Amino acid sequence: MEMYRSHVLVCAGAGCISSDCKSVQQALLANINDLRLDNEVKVVETGCMGPCDLGPVVMVFPDGVFYRKLKPEDTREIVNEHLLKGKVVTRLLHSPVGSSEKVVSFNELEFFKRQTRIALRNTGVINPESVEEYIARDGYRALGKALSQMTPEEVVITIKESGLRGRGGAGFPTGLKWQFTAAAPGSPKYVVCNADEGDPGAFMDRSILEGDPHSVLEAMAICGYAIGANKGYIYVRAEYPLAVERLELAISKGREYGLLGENIFGTGFSFDVEIRVGAGAFVCGEETALLASIEGQRGEPRPKPPFPAQEGLWGKPTVINNVETLANIAQIVLNGAPWYASMGTEKSKGTKVFALAGKVNNTGLVEVPMGTTLREIIFDIGGGINGGKKFKAVQTGGPSGGCIPEAYLDTPVDYDSLNELGTIMGSGGMIIVDEDTCMVDLAKFFLDFVQDESCGKCAPCRIGTKRMLEILERITSGQGQEGDIELLEELSYGIKNSALCGLGQTAPNPVLSTLRYFRHEYEAHIRDHKCPAAACPELLTYYIDPRACKGCGVCSKACPSDAVIGEKKKPHTIDLNKCIKCGTCKQKCKFDAVITV
Amino acid sequence: MKSLAELDKLRDKLQQEMKARQGEHDVSIAVSMGTCGIAAGAREVVKVLLNELREQGLSDVALTQTSCVGLCRQEPLLEVKMGDEKVIYVNVDQEKAKEIVKRHLVKGEIITEWTVS
Amino acid sequence: MSSINLTIDNMQVQVEPGTTVLQAARQAGIKIPTLCYLEEINEIGACRICLVEVQGARTLQASCVTPVSEGMVVRTNTTQVRQVRKMNLELIMSNHPQECLTCPRSTNCELQQLASELGITEIKFAGEMSSYEPDYSSASLVRDPRKCILCRRCTSVCENVQKVNAIGPQERGFNTIVAPAFLEPLGEVSCVNCGQCALVCPTAAIHEKDQTAEVWKVLADPKKHVVVQTAPAVRVSIGEMFGLQPGSVETGRLVAALRKLGFDRVFDTDFTADLTIMEEGNELLQRIKEGGKLPLVTSCSPGWIKYIEHFYPEMLPHLSTCKSPQQMFGALAKSYYVEQAGIDAADIFVVSIMPCTAKKFEAGRHEMADSGHQDVDVVLTTRELGKMLREAGIEFSALAEEEYDAPLGMSTGAGVIFGSTGGVMEAALRTAYELVTGETLPALDFHAVRGLEGVKEASVNLNGTTLNAVVAHGLGNAMDVLERVKAGHQYHFIEIMCCPGGCIGGGGQPIPTNREVREKRMAGIYNADQGMVIRKSHENPAVQALYKDFLGEPLGHKSHQLLHTHYMPRNRH
Repeated sequence: MEMYRSHVLVCAGAGCISSDCKSVQQALLANINDLRLDNEVKVVETGCMGPCDLGPVVMVFPDGVFYRKLKPEDTREIVNEHLLKGKVVTRLLHSPVGSSEKVVSFNELEFFKRQTRIALRNTGVINPESVEEYIARDGYRALGKALSQMTPEEVVITIKESGLRGRGGAGFPTGLKWQFTAAAPGSPKYVVCNADEGDPGAFMDRSILEGDPHSVLEAMAICGYAIGANKGYIYVRAEYPLAVERLELAISKGREYGLLGENIFGTGFSFDVEIRVGAGAFVCGEETALLASIEGQRGEPRPKPPFPAQEGLWGKPTVINNVETLANIAQIVLNGAPWYASMGTEKSKGTKVFALAGKVNNTGLVEVPMGTTLREIIFDIGGGINGGKKFKAVQTGGPSGGCIPEAYLDTPVDYDSLNELGTIMGSGGMIIVDEDTCMVDLAKFFLDFVQDESCGKCAPCRIGTKRMLEILERITSGQGQEGDIELLEELSYGIKNSALCGLGQTAPNPVLSTLRYFRHEYEAHIRDHKCPAAACPELLTYYIDPRACKGCGVCSKACPSDAVIGEKKKPHTIDLNKCIKCGTCKQKCKFDAVITV
Repeated sequence: MKSLAELDKLRDKLQQEMKARQGEHDVSIAVSMGTCGIAAGAREVVKVLLNELREQGLSDVALTQTSCVGLCRQEPLLEVKMGDEKVIYVNVDQEKAKEIVKRHLVKGEIITEWTVS
Repeated sequence: MSSINLTIDNMQVQVEPGTTVLQAARQAGIKIPTLCYLEEINEIGACRICLVEVQGARTLQASCVTPVSEGMVVRTNTTQVRQVRKMNLELIMSNHPQECLTCPRSTNCELQQLASELGITEIKFAGEMSSYEPDYSSASLVRDPRKCILCRRCTSVCENVQKVNAIGPQERGFNTIVAPAFLEPLGEVSCVNCGQCALVCPTAAIHEKDQTAEVWKVLADPKKHVVVQTAPAVRVSIGEMFGLQPGSVETGRLVAALRKLGFDRVFDTDFTADLTIMEEGNELLQRIKEGGKLPLVTSCSPGWIKYIEHFYPEMLPHLSTCKSPQQMFGALAKSYYVEQAGIDAADIFVVSIMPCTAKKFEAGRHEMADSGHQDVDVVLTTRELGKMLREAGIEFSALAEEEYDAPLGMSTGAGVIFGSTGGVMEAALRTAYELVTGETLPALDFHAVRGLEGVKEASVNLNGTTLNAVVAHGLGNAMDVLERVKAGHQYHFIEIMCCPGGCIGGGGQPIPTNREVREKRMAGIYNADQGMVIRKSHENPAVQALYKDFLGEPLGHKSHQLLHTHYMPRNRH
């Protein structure tokens, strides 16, 4: 039997890859080999563990010691001291923000302790390239159970009763979708996995695909059994090459073990999966556009009805589920609907994965029960705001969502509470912004994104979002006019009510929600030509505080437009006619004498 | 894969290999691996222990190391923990290590003559 | 299935299942404004003008793509509906040049019309405008993307009806443009120049290449002898340019108008249509007799020719080697006619009035110069002629009818029906029957090959041999027929016209050209045939004289030199 006294898990999620976990892993292996520990210690490359800003991270089992921000040269010490002698290397441990205490074990960290991992249960724990490790963690048992102990109707009922709702954005009840598709006339039927994740900041689907690809395949097969489909497609964006590679490997392993393909578990049920790589158009996350793209047409939405459950891929009944939704399925089938429904809120059951980004200390992926408050997510798990700044708002739901200000931090997060606040759950992106962020600028960022990603088919989205962006651009550059807010509102209202697809219909949300909570910031830009957050460069005025200025001349040398004038050792001044507001003087000043208003 | 039972059999086998990744273990062996322990042959003891655990199919046992516990004269030294019960063996050599696994871990028999007095 | 009950604007409406809300409203006499919608061709809900409120729906619904359902409650005229429709129209107009006064589609522009109907008085949403340059690379068509409102009618016609796919939406978002793939120039891709796109364009984003200036110039040149030929289908549509009904047969006034414009001779393409029957009919009989390549396929339609060159080059040997009637005319005008009239061939200028944009390309093909000069100098569409007549102040409907000039103006009913799908086939059958059997045809009308059915088949007994004939119009249907041939269907003779309905539905015809208009023009064509004294090509005395005095015999040496051509395989882009 392959048994090792220690497993060292190296996170190879996207965040860690970008902080060069590969070199750390290589160094680790080299050091282990040097000390001839390779027979005793196993190094496992896993998917994303979650705490991305701490990468590269490593967990050492059986003790569960969590090391963070490793450099290749740190691994010698880990091997010599920890793996050989059992001495934890304290200097490489993490101490949460605001505490000087080093935390040894991962499950003592608030970041992990407060999570409930269902969709992410294997991600960061198993080697995603090993179907054996997946099987060891109960993998494919749910499929086996469904095929040999349940009727398709029972599977549909289980999913319905679990209360699982689509994790891709709109939150449509998954079981209902399966039921409609199962009941729709027409054959063959298809299962499509939507892995065209595109919200800025959201990467849970990528993490699942890269960290636990079999969970998606197993769920697709279960869905196929439930609705009467024998064929599945995974539509994954080309920007996720590792996910594609892992999926391809997983599919071939699945076939090898007879978990995909003909006559699975000897039940006569056959199911196979094919990967379709999309060119990375955001709109292809919209289900009808996604189907068009799989069919080889331009990725453009079409009107609904007919819904894909009736007329989907090649006009046949089709279930389209997103990756995270599917990652819950096997656990629901294994543990039963009541287990899943016991978590969450009245109308939003189970857990949700959130991608924390922006000005929060612990950026990364977390999975918590529905109903967890924003404050717990952002402050307890996320570790609060960077650099001791003040929290201003959290943007949820990506470009289709909106922002939530401080007053609502104690809101339990679910589909409905977020809707009431004027935003959406979306795919679970949470972008935290602090006092230095201009809310008009934030809205502009998202509008810029959607107008760029609009497919161009319907007029309100194609032209309307462009016009909205233009208005926001003029407001943030100090050219805003009276009436601009009203024009934004009129456009928002019209686009929401008349765009062809969900992308267009929700495109105005970032503007509407910032207008709802931060209207005064718009007004300040337009009426006073001021950016209250001092973030819009064109609205800043640079001054030198004569009391703080030592007359060192550094700023005047650095100024590209010769706008800083003054004699040595005497307070300098800025010629506002020459100043191009580049901010160089402020950066260079060692005495904080350059101020902006 | 022909049946759920076949899958379960495979799973049970594969789970053994994954046991090390569990956070909690009921049974553990901690070998003292200070400079003194290593000098006295603790490395070899660890290797033998691991091999013997493999032989016996004891995947649920965590094999860890600790630093010097202050009994340098009696190294190699190890602590067997089963539930709340802790037993420290001293002057462990390779033969003793094998016996400890066979008798203490498999049969639950504490070999009192080798324990610290 | 039983019918569906719904309420539209408080009216109870009963319609068939599968009906859209727009159709249901129309049936109930309720007008919902539309822009991108084009019945049966473009039903995609892109412009968001035909919005209505549907009770219970989260957003406004595009009525053109929303199917009715039992108990549905629809409101078409609420404040919200009107406001959002207007907003969307204003948005579209905010990216459309305000050049109505100088636009070729002024007064015949659906956007202009709609702006007036919806009461647009200002455009609130000024901003950046599309800056793609116009594309003049095609011999037939001009693309002006600045004026494109991305309704997609053109791409739907090109993709679904003609199945050419020369243009489609490219790029994304505000930069979306309808253009050939990779934004290649239209003149360099497998566009067949049929102009169906121009026919359905609501604005002037794609239109015929205007060559009226060249014609005005030669008409004013006393040294030039300017002759004009008129295609069969023009006589039943030119009236529409002056408010007359589609299908009104205006042959006499057309001749009079052209004379008034200053043409030295007014001739008729129908004459060479008759000649085509003589050449092509004999070609068919010869191929049958000598075991030549069968089925024989007609070659009158230049869009069709370019299509087969691009998409089915392996089937080129099936094409008749006959030039189209337009090109036969040009070749004869610059050889036979100048000889007869004693004019220097260098001084004659041949203008064609065609229902067709592809004819512009055809006239420019380098092999079309067998007379020693480019056989046809300028091709004008029906629309361009209408504009010239207006500019000249000619009151078309007040004109007295006049006759074509001899000899190239003499024609038969068989020549006239070339203007409609099935016409070439019918004319050929009339002649072939009599040539083969030596008997007089008992009934001249071959109803099996008439009408707007996409593919029509007929079998005719010629002295004991059965001739299997098939007729297709619209390239999508043409493709079906070619595939049938490839699959081994036994046909002898195939008529293919590029445009739906044949030339009466040509890309150069007055706008609008829709199913109803096509039917009326088609009826006009058969009325004109009925009204002719001679209705069989081989009985045309001017054609008989041409053979006697000049050509010798059908398929003879001179015919081959002047009236026949060859084709070239082209790449598929």
